[in-house]
Amino acid sequence: MTSPIASPPAADWEPRIVAFFCNWCTYTAADLAGVSRMKYAANVRVIRLMCSGRVDPQFVFSALANGADGVLIGGCHIGDCHYAEGNYKTLRRFELLKRLLRDLGIEEPRVRLEWISASEGERVKAVVNEMVAQIRALGPLAWPDRLADWDREAAAAPSEAPSTALPVKSAEVAHA
Amino acid sequence: MVSSSTDVRVGFYVCHCGHNIGSIVDCPAVAHYVESLPNVVVSRDYKYMCSDPGQELIQKDIAEFRLNRIVVASCSPLLHERTFRAAVSAAGLNPYFFQMVNIREHVSWVHTDATAATDKARALARAAVLRVAAHCALEVKRVPVHPDVLVVGAGIAGIHAALTLANAGRKVFLVEREPTIGGHMAKFDKTFPTLDCAACILTPKMSEVGTHPNITLWTCGEVVKLDGYVGNFTATIRRRPRYVNEDLCTGCQECIARCVFKEAKFPDAFNERLGKRKPIYIPFPQATPQVVLIDPEVCLNFKRGTTTVSGRCKRTCVDACGERHAIDFTQTETTGEIKVGTIIVATGFQTFDVKRVPQYGYGTFPNVYTALEVERLVNASGPTAGEVVLRDGHRPQAIGIIHCVGSRDKKTNRWCSRVCCMYSMKLAHLLKEHTGAEIYNFYIDIRAPGKSYEEFYDKLNEEGVHFIRGRVGEVTDWAMRDEEEGKLVIRVEDTLAGFVRRIPVDMVVLSTGLEPQADAQQVRRLFNMSCGSEGFFLERHPKLAPVNTFTDGIFIAGCCQGPRDIPDTVAQAGAAAAEAMALIDRGYVEQEPNTAYIVPDDCSGCKSCVPLCPYTAITFDEATKKASINEALCKGCGTCVAACPSGSIHQHLFEDEQVFSEIEGLLVHS
Repeated sequence: MTSPIASPPAADWEPRIVAFFCNWCTYTAADLAGVSRMKYAANVRVIRLMCSGRVDPQFVFSALANGADGVLIGGCHIGDCHYAEGNYKTLRRFELLKRLLRDLGIEEPRVRLEWISASEGERVKAVVNEMVAQIRALGPLAWPDRLADWDREAAAAPSEAPSTALPVKSAEVAHA
Repeated sequence: MVSSSTDVRVGFYVCHCGHNIGSIVDCPAVAHYVESLPNVVVSRDYKYMCSDPGQELIQKDIAEFRLNRIVVASCSPLLHERTFRAAVSAAGLNPYFFQMVNIREHVSWVHTDATAATDKARALARAAVLRVAAHCALEVKRVPVHPDVLVVGAGIAGIHAALTLANAGRKVFLVEREPTIGGHMAKFDKTFPTLDCAACILTPKMSEVGTHPNITLWTCGEVVKLDGYVGNFTATIRRRPRYVNEDLCTGCQECIARCVFKEAKFPDAFNERLGKRKPIYIPFPQATPQVVLIDPEVCLNFKRGTTTVSGRCKRTCVDACGERHAIDFTQTETTGEIKVGTIIVATGFQTFDVKRVPQYGYGTFPNVYTALEVERLVNASGPTAGEVVLRDGHRPQAIGIIHCVGSRDKKTNRWCSRVCCMYSMKLAHLLKEHTGAEIYNFYIDIRAPGKSYEEFYDKLNEEGVHFIRGRVGEVTDWAMRDEEEGKLVIRVEDTLAGFVRRIPVDMVVLSTGLEPQADAQQVRRLFNMSCGSEGFFLERHPKLAPVNTFTDGIFIAGCCQGPRDIPDTVAQAGAAAAEAMALIDRGYVEQEPNTAYIVPDDCSGCKSCVPLCPYTAITFDEATKKASINEALCKGCGTCVAACPSGSIHQHLFEDEQVFSEIEGLLVHS
């Protein structure tokens, strides 16, 4: 990759949302939205996984560290998981993730978990549009910039003082 | 896993899909942009990538430019991933060095702004180009397919599918919840538009099922549990007791004659409760199997809560059975397991509950009937032996048939049930034939789009059946004029004439729509299928995979997938049987190699993963203190991969490195 990760000027800022959709329900629902020619905001970019249970919290942090303004996770409804109970694990993991995100100062609407079944194309449209509107109101997350700031602060910190924060490199967050 | 990223040579192809993609996404611009990305050797746009010339283009480039990674941006991978993997494989490249980008369903069909859509297509393409560099060559696993088939539901769909398979030499287990097979079709008198008798065409097939050496028929049975995967399912079947030994009963029915109840006095479900039966009965004369059963709810012997000879019940049925000893009051519920490779679900429909439209007076006025009740009334083997006599004993002089009851109605069901127009016209013809009455059809639109269906409508018009266009407002017994006294009055806005009419009739027939079975959701969960928003089972693709489900090896046929008539049901059942046979005859299935694996050196032995796996594919070796995954049991969900704290679990096709590359590619500003 040649161009560095950096935020564009605020004037033409558009929210960018990375979505992790399970193959069986939500990805199929997004396909259905397409087949039904429903129209929704172009700000969401979907990564297909077999199950929402595959969503490693690091995927979420990686997306934010690379400049996403929000992350959407989509899985089958509880009880309907293609793999019996993968989405229960997603749910548990998501509850923990939410606490961590709160501590990092990331607003709640930015990272969202939704159960959308294969027949709910309409719901894909509604959720994406709602989320884009919410994030547009919140403004850019600009995590790459913040991470760079933290790096600079850590580097400038007096060496004799006990280091409260380990130096964090964006690359480490991205590829932890 | 370490990818062989040295000398990665990517070929990128963006498809216009005619105008489907090309009219929104600037495909040449995407191709031009991708050219500048690392590792990309060739980048092209083409009208139809899935066509033969499109695939040949990829294959030629692989040879000419020594490409070792291919990315195609076109439709959903759920549609054409297999097509392109096969094309790549045919050119000598491992099929998993391929990545697909969905810019039709996820871009051009859902966005209207061409600039934003093209930007998004660029980002998705970039993500795939970065991802594919981290791909690895993978081996396809082959798993043998068990040759036996389970067919669930024995209406006309299940019967036809079972017979097709059995006649081709396959072993079929046919499971039916009711005590007899035949489903709804067995209740019909005649079938539209040919007016051939339903029993005459169905009962030979039913008895063929009953005697076929390749069919194991289990009535009073239900599938309660399903394990396994395509080619290797284990189904648990539970059977209710019928208190009659199927092997010993000869169907002579002497027991019924000798029952202590001299008169049949219990409502008969097969006759839509218009007729009566005894506690020991056979659902209908041509029932398959020809075996009686006992209703423990009303049988005196059970009512006394004992299985020993009671004072009240003389158990005359047992005496009548005599030496045959078929009657067995001690029978209990049984469960059994069977192994099959493929499953056809044909669980049918239920009719709309007319009590939900109280304005039509069902249950209030005795002479309001459902269409299924009228099927039994006009049937020669029905409760009145084919005489159309009303509940009050009169023969009707005028009959109103109300279409679309529980169909095409925002208050109940929005869908068209497809069969009601035709069966309403069939009943109109039969009722006119049986009674000579004036017949009024109240319709919204006449839908007769089948072979010889429109001609049938013409025939009805010639016969003098009346058609009034309008949705009926109400059925009332309130008389406004003398000629309405003692009649049911149908109030309707005649939308062709442009005024409200009152039509007095003696009998009202409600043409009920078709609905998913009440327990369709449970059945869907049991077989790991999906339902559409209306509750019918969802096919994998509405046009190209109409009998497949999202679970490989499980097929659907008949009205459980949506309302349809008998010809379409039979065609679909045949298609489902052919799909099952295609799997069986090939003998194996290829499994997507997306299983998880553990790198032992990285495993810390924490056991976090072990309880996460719903398939118990992960075991912990106490000796080495390491976990390991049985790839034969792993289904590739990746939940354990995401949970492993030491990052020792990986998933083929969804490696961390691949997903991280994809994320990065999506977000870099171009």
